[in-house]
Amino acid sequence: MAVFSVREKLAILSDAAKYDASCASSGSAKRDSLKSGGIGSTEGSGICHSYAPDGRCISLLKILLTNFCIYDCSYCINRSSSNVPRARFSVEEVVRLTMDFYRRNYIEGLFLSSGVIRSPDETMGEMVEVARRLRIEEKFGGYIHLKTIPEASAELIEKAGRYADRLSINVELPTDEGVKKLAPEKKPETIRLSMAELRRKIEEKAEPTLQSRKRERFAPGGQSTQMIVGADKTSDDGILRASARLYGSYHLRRVYYSAFSPIPDSSAALPLHNPPLMREHRLYQADWLMRFYGFSQPEILAGSNDGMLDLAIDPKLAWALRNRGRFPVDVNRADREALLRVPGLGTKVVDRILETRRHRRLRLEDVGRLCHSVAKVRPFITAEGWSPGALTDKLGLRQTITRPCEQLSLF
Amino acid sequence: MPRTQLSLASHLVRLENEIDFAGWRDAARRLATNDIPPEDVAWQVGHDDDNRANDLPASRQDTRLVVPRDFIERAETVICHSDPERFNFLYRLLWRLRVEPKLLSIASDPHIRRLESMEKAVRRDTHKMRAFVRFRKIGDGAEERYVAWFEPDHFIVERNADFFVRRFAGMRWTILTPYASADWDGERLAIGPGAGKRDAPAEDDAEALWRTYFENIFNPARLKVKAMQKEMPKKYWRNLPEASLIPDLIAGADRAATAMIARMPTSPAPHHAKVKAKHWPTPEPADVVEPESTDIPGLREEASGCRRCPLWRDATQTVFGEGPETADVVFVGEQPGDQEDLAGKPFVGPAGKVFDSILDQAEIDRRKVYVTNAVKHFKFEPRGKRRIHSKPNAGEIRACRWWLDKELDLIKPNLAVALGATAAQSLLGKAVPITRMRGDVIQREDGLRVFVTIHPSFILRIREHEDKEAERERFLTDMRKVKQLMAA
Repeated sequence: MAVFSVREKLAILSDAAKYDASCASSGSAKRDSLKSGGIGSTEGSGICHSYAPDGRCISLLKILLTNFCIYDCSYCINRSSSNVPRARFSVEEVVRLTMDFYRRNYIEGLFLSSGVIRSPDETMGEMVEVARRLRIEEKFGGYIHLKTIPEASAELIEKAGRYADRLSINVELPTDEGVKKLAPEKKPETIRLSMAELRRKIEEKAEPTLQSRKRERFAPGGQSTQMIVGADKTSDDGILRASARLYGSYHLRRVYYSAFSPIPDSSAALPLHNPPLMREHRLYQADWLMRFYGFSQPEILAGSNDGMLDLAIDPKLAWALRNRGRFPVDVNRADREALLRVPGLGTKVVDRILETRRHRRLRLEDVGRLCHSVAKVRPFITAEGWSPGALTDKLGLRQTITRPCEQLSLF
Repeated sequence: MPRTQLSLASHLVRLENEIDFAGWRDAARRLATNDIPPEDVAWQVGHDDDNRANDLPASRQDTRLVVPRDFIERAETVICHSDPERFNFLYRLLWRLRVEPKLLSIASDPHIRRLESMEKAVRRDTHKMRAFVRFRKIGDGAEERYVAWFEPDHFIVERNADFFVRRFAGMRWTILTPYASADWDGERLAIGPGAGKRDAPAEDDAEALWRTYFENIFNPARLKVKAMQKEMPKKYWRNLPEASLIPDLIAGADRAATAMIARMPTSPAPHHAKVKAKHWPTPEPADVVEPESTDIPGLREEASGCRRCPLWRDATQTVFGEGPETADVVFVGEQPGDQEDLAGKPFVGPAGKVFDSILDQAEIDRRKVYVTNAVKHFKFEPRGKRRIHSKPNAGEIRACRWWLDKELDLIKPNLAVALGATAAQSLLGKAVPITRMRGDVIQREDGLRVFVTIHPSFILRIREHEDKEAERERFLTDMRKVKQLMAA
């Protein structure tokens, strides 16, 4: 095997890590370096220190410890049958890189994942050692996200949770059949059990202990997971159903959707095309509807023909167009739940409407000043001096709204 | 420095510096209590050559000036904005607040819109400074220092310095900007005068590694230049060591992505066959007939992969019965709940706790009885972070009866206790009215006696304390009867 420099290894092992979408560095416990005299802080919301031309935020040093792997998952660049160059960092090298980058304010912390070499425990053990050295020897107070290997032992998971802010296990694909087909060595049952165990640990440690009455530190940033979109045939409804199940069952902070992307040296088992980025975007929007807008999962696509989200319009507008009987909503009287369902009104706008209308009745112009696109909102609300009349039920409404909105589209 | 037109104003306020909030506040109090309207006031930062003093009247003690606390906080943010009109604008807001105390809540008011957009600009600039400051290291060992050059849009160095202290307490660092600098020597923060780009180091060896990372974490198949520029506008690029790579990455992206798609899949890597043979040997061909388990552990193992109904899809695992194979009595519940699904054990959640404590009072040792469920996967509807229990249907109960029958077959208890309607339906083969049959002992055709009662979760659902206690007592009476029947 060739001997690589740290820079060459960094090239290989960051290239190998980029298909993991998660980059969040938020939602952990507050920490700062004044008390420890070390380096690093977390203050609730994370910071994106740079952006790559793919539009993704760079917040963490996202690398693999090694891209050698005994698994052969066809969607993965690091599968054992792939011809990509292989490299392996030492624990020391990862610690140095993290500290050097952090001190220069390039990153919020480390997201460490790994191919599985030899045994799950051996690999997990090295990842935990990186985290331990950062926290104990370097007094590092920044963010640490460790990818957890489902088959690793309970003691290692316990340690991982002590040093890391967040742990994650990827479900990879929305259905067990998909996993069996594309990642034949992975066991969906084990993945579920590991997530269940993580939730139990996180809840258990959140309770003060009997003796010290202190809370033990265990992954204060919770757990998350990732699903690949477009590598198998699961519909959006099926994907969202899997997400709703995961949020409910394992209290995940986030489910990440990653549009299946062509990889260097790809497998013949998979379709090769550009990643379905718009589909991925719509899934995130629908995910938001479930988490912040009071939608239940089955509602989002109820009444659609094929269980797929409309790519041309956002899922809330699509839902509203299918449920026009619930509109118009009176912005001066409706409750928060009803306002949250109006297309074009986000959570912040709704809160401002609620606050403002305690003092004055809102006219359409007022709503227009609070939100981005009044064209989208107008057919679905009544306001002082404004009623949409027959507009709400107009046949061509979808076209009327989409045209002015297209300019604002993200892509 | 931008100056406001002074010609029409009858009062001139001179502030010490760009973010002199105390000075603004003092002047505003004097002006407002003396009823001097915003049109009559001009604001300026620093002193003219003539060094004329402020000619402001003293604030009047007989006039109360009350403003929402929120206004002070927001004004402190907005005063950091680079707009030279901000002092006057804030005074105008104060002027209106005297007669419109709720003004700040009226988000649709044009002045409030402006206030918000100015706050937002300052906050965004503050955030972007935290993101885009790039330190360069100079010196080693005791001489090691980190120096950055940054160009903010607004006057934010002072309000942002604490963030860098909290984050980099263990380092000696300096942030230079055109109007001010912040310096931390490991113990003390000092705000100093502005500097020039040349005062900061020109390079740092770590930047080559950082650029390598930036190049390789980028996925050329997902090019979204607008999304990048929205969050990282070009004005910041000149001070970011990674930004000079961007044009080439964009130019080469299409080629790189097309190449990835066009390239034919290659044959498996040379080491692949060895890895496969070592870690994933082909399993021995399975026996044609699955041997039927003759004990509970074997049965549990068989049931772990159960696909007799679709409930396995959403559940974490099969929750099989638990207890000695020699038990005299088998308690049958409905189905596992949230906690049971996670733990893989029956009756460990809230209902299980009620059940345990009542068994204890009835002097039944849970370790000596067998506890199981009619349906062995959790059926639920997800609602946010909760799972709402759904009742298993007749088909699911029937499918899972396969396992319950086998458990009863192996254990051969002299009594089964049906906890609730689902258990009774499974044990008796038909739906029965629990309220009417509660406390009855029914003999099945195979001779097994079935005692019918409620499910302990029923007690949990009662709101009224007295009713709850009464129901608990009834259940305890039932369990005492069970204790007698066990002995019989």
